[in-house]
Amino acid sequence: MSLLATAAELDLDLPRSGPWTKRLLAGSRLGGAEPLVHHVSRLGGDITDWTGRAGPDQLLDRLRRSGLRGRGGGGYPTSDKLAAVRRHGPGSVVVVNGSETEPVAGKDDLLLRLRPHLVLDGLLAVTRILGARQAFLVAHSAPALAAVRTAMRERQDLTLPVDVVRGPANFVGGEESALIRWLEGGPALPRYQPPRVVDRGWRGQPTLVQNVETLAHLGLVLRLGPDWFRGLGLADEPGTMLVTLSGAVEGPGVYEVPIGTPLPQILQVAGADPEAVALLVGGYFGSWLRAPEVQGLALSRASLRPAGATPGAGVLHLLPRGTCGLRESGRVLAWLAAQGARQCGPCAFGLPAMASALNEVADNGSVEALAQLQRWGDQIEGRGACRHPDGAVNLARSAAVAFPEELQRHRKGACGGHRQSSLPLPPVAHPR
Amino acid sequence: MSRHYLHVDPTLCVGHRLCAEMLPELVTLDDFGYPIISPDPLPHDLGRRVRRSVGACPALALTLDGTPGRRARRDEQGPGTPSG
Ligand SMILES: Cc1cc2nc3c(=O)[nH]c(=O)nc-3n(C[C@H](O)[C@H](O)[C@H](O)COP(=O)(O)O)c2cc1C
Ligand code: SF4
Ligand code: SF4
Repeated sequence: MSLLATAAELDLDLPRSGPWTKRLLAGSRLGGAEPLVHHVSRLGGDITDWTGRAGPDQLLDRLRRSGLRGRGGGGYPTSDKLAAVRRHGPGSVVVVNGSETEPVAGKDDLLLRLRPHLVLDGLLAVTRILGARQAFLVAHSAPALAAVRTAMRERQDLTLPVDVVRGPANFVGGEESALIRWLEGGPALPRYQPPRVVDRGWRGQPTLVQNVETLAHLGLVLRLGPDWFRGLGLADEPGTMLVTLSGAVEGPGVYEVPIGTPLPQILQVAGADPEAVALLVGGYFGSWLRAPEVQGLALSRASLRPAGATPGAGVLHLLPRGTCGLRESGRVLAWLAAQGARQCGPCAFGLPAMASALNEVADNGSVEALAQLQRWGDQIEGRGACRHPDGAVNLARSAAVAFPEELQRHRKGACGGHRQSSLPLPPVAHPR
Repeated sequence: MSRHYLHVDPTLCVGHRLCAEMLPELVTLDDFGYPIISPDPLPHDLGRRVRRSVGACPALALTLDGTPGRRARRDEQGPGTPSG
């Protein structure tokens, strides 16, 4: 395949192997969903076995001791979110978020297609802890939806109603409050919080929205215990995480790595082009890292923080040679601006203005445009109903500092040939 | 004594700018005409004027409560964060 991958070309079908212990992606690599019998014989027992006689309190305590954090991008401690919903008593709602609207992400879809029972284990566990009365599982691809429906028919232990729903296609539709509105039959647009969805979510009920991968880990934590979970990863950020890698690598796809794995090691295993321009960490809301910087960094919040980055939902894109990081960021920012739900002034007017400024910077290195970019970023951050503008501002800020040589060259009008692009920008989808 | 914070629901605010006129100490406007609200707890002596402004917003976009807004908590992670 060419180095310039489009979403359709990305081979996200197979979990990629690396020198790492596998958890979520353990078991047979042969195609298709792992059937319940294999899942049970590999991991042992049904829920009554693995939760033993533990009540909801003990299960929640086990989860707290594991230190599991959300894998949907925000990294929020999962036990805290469960506790916030549980405060309201039984009868709450659970939403499994597999919308994965990020164009270069594929890990949630892969998990649902190949290991649906891991996710359903996690769903079962949280519904037991909460005493939930209704659940939704949102996926976006037809194969994932089919795999989940088949898996649901295989098991009898999910006693509450679980609606399996095709997710919204618009980018902000994966945001928790947008997803809830979609599940209520409305447009997939975020709403202003408070009230927080943990207090008032689907039809006003306390609602837990949890990423697909988070629930897969959670199921394993309750089966195998917090000490097992902490056996990989870092003390403060335990466990493994799924990484979707695309761009200038021989093996694009989904990898499972312990948190804290050095970035150069991940890139090497994937067959990265050593001459690639830069690494985007954290997807379209993410940050650019240049080659010398990447050398000293690992995939963890702690390691990336000083570089102004976070692992996000584990989306990595290696920008191929022949592309320009400034131009690429300008394209993505314009796309993100068009994705905003146009509900909030700072997002609806600020992001398009920032995108124009960044594209001007990419055209001629304009010092004025660069100053405007900074000014508008500071004005807009934290002022949308959701965090969409914050993510976009993060990408813009990162682009403005990551490519100083390019900036100089563009200022002299000497960066002609870099017209190729790498990050896919699918047509903007309607929130209905 | 409990602290209070002024918030704007950006999905309701239509940029009338009335709040910036009534409360210049607390509300400035961004380059697009939308209000930037001070992230600090409200000074007590402004209480009445703040409440009057909340009632005057034609879009009913302003609220008062006891929790700081997101701009005051920039380093924190919340349940609604994308990637940081
Ligand atoms: C614009 C936007 C888009 C989002 N898209 C997704 C998504 O596609 N999938 C997802 O799991 N979380 C997404 N999130 C984060 C969710 O709002 C929510 O925090 C997450 O599903 C919680 O799961 P976790 O705690 O298990 O990570 C998005 C957030 C924002 C602001
Ligand atoms: S901040 Fe932007 S994307 Fe989020 S709700 Fe407001 S307009 Fe929509
Ligand atoms: S008065 Fe209300 S509508 Fe007008 S700018 Fe202020 S918050 Fe927005």
